[in-house]
Amino acid sequence: MHELSLNILDVAQNSVSAGAKLIEISAIEDTKRALLVLSIKDNGCGMDEDTVRNVCDPFFTTRTTRKVGLGLPFLKQTAEQTGGSFLIESQVGKGTLVRAEYHTDSIDCMPLGDICSTISCLVTLNPDIDFKFTSVKDDKEFIFTTMEVREILGEDIALNEPAVAAFVEEYLKENSNH
Amino acid sequence: MKSLEELKALKEKMQSKMGIRNDDNASARVVIGMATCGIAAGAKPVMKAFTDEIARRGLNNVAISQTGCIGICQYEPVVEVYVGNEEKVTYVKMTPDKVARVVNEHLVNGNVVDEYTIGQSKL
Repeated sequence: MHELSLNILDVAQNSVSAGAKLIEISAIEDTKRALLVLSIKDNGCGMDEDTVRNVCDPFFTTRTTRKVGLGLPFLKQTAEQTGGSFLIESQVGKGTLVRAEYHTDSIDCMPLGDICSTISCLVTLNPDIDFKFTSVKDDKEFIFTTMEVREILGEDIALNEPAVAAFVEEYLKENSNH
Repeated sequence: MKSLEELKALKEKMQSKMGIRNDDNASARVVIGMATCGIAAGAKPVMKAFTDEIARRGLNNVAISQTGCIGICQYEPVVEVYVGNEEKVTYVKMTPDKVARVVNEHLVNGNVVDEYTIGQSKL
């Protein structure tokens, strides 16, 4: 992975697999303190304590098709190599929160990259799941939710219609702080 | 600056087109491998190229969806194309540059782009 937004795209797939109905992704940056916090929160099936403990081991996965699971270990590494921190909290039946904190002045901090296209990609691929994206840079806050898009479009038009996907990406790029 | 208000205009435009959609057309599905291996190899720009090309051509009988790792990570980005009841075609080592040809030749004209398929891959 060459940008953090790709790690976000990857880890958000876990939330999709967990049957989440709402996935909240946020990028909160404090430029003065050179801090960036990325988080992914879902209301999916969650994990038991044992799974949470093992989930950052690359050789642990709940999938039966393969013996490795690299998404979370990669994300953890990107944060820790900047001197930042990584946290994962989960409750069975309630959902999961993944939070990674970066020191953006570290030479090992990867660029965030195109987070807007990550969000629009997730929306297009999962038209039945709701997404909330929060982008904060210092005192500027931008929030996007698929709920508001759904309300305008009504039931007849799916969020994965190519014209809607193109609109969402352009809208995010013009308004987001990242 | 784009606002969500503009979505209303888009909605009206799309609803007027819906009337002419013919659901009897053979529908097609483009399935993109979006696991860690696919994303790391560049699945996201490939997916965007498919979305853009399909929107540009106004194809409204093609659905884009995702799948996880299908076990051929060294061939990622992998794209599976299903057209009607025909057998699925697996394209490997896809790039955004290859997408227009797959859309044009396979999705629109029904001819598989053999040289991009896994069977023709020399790797």
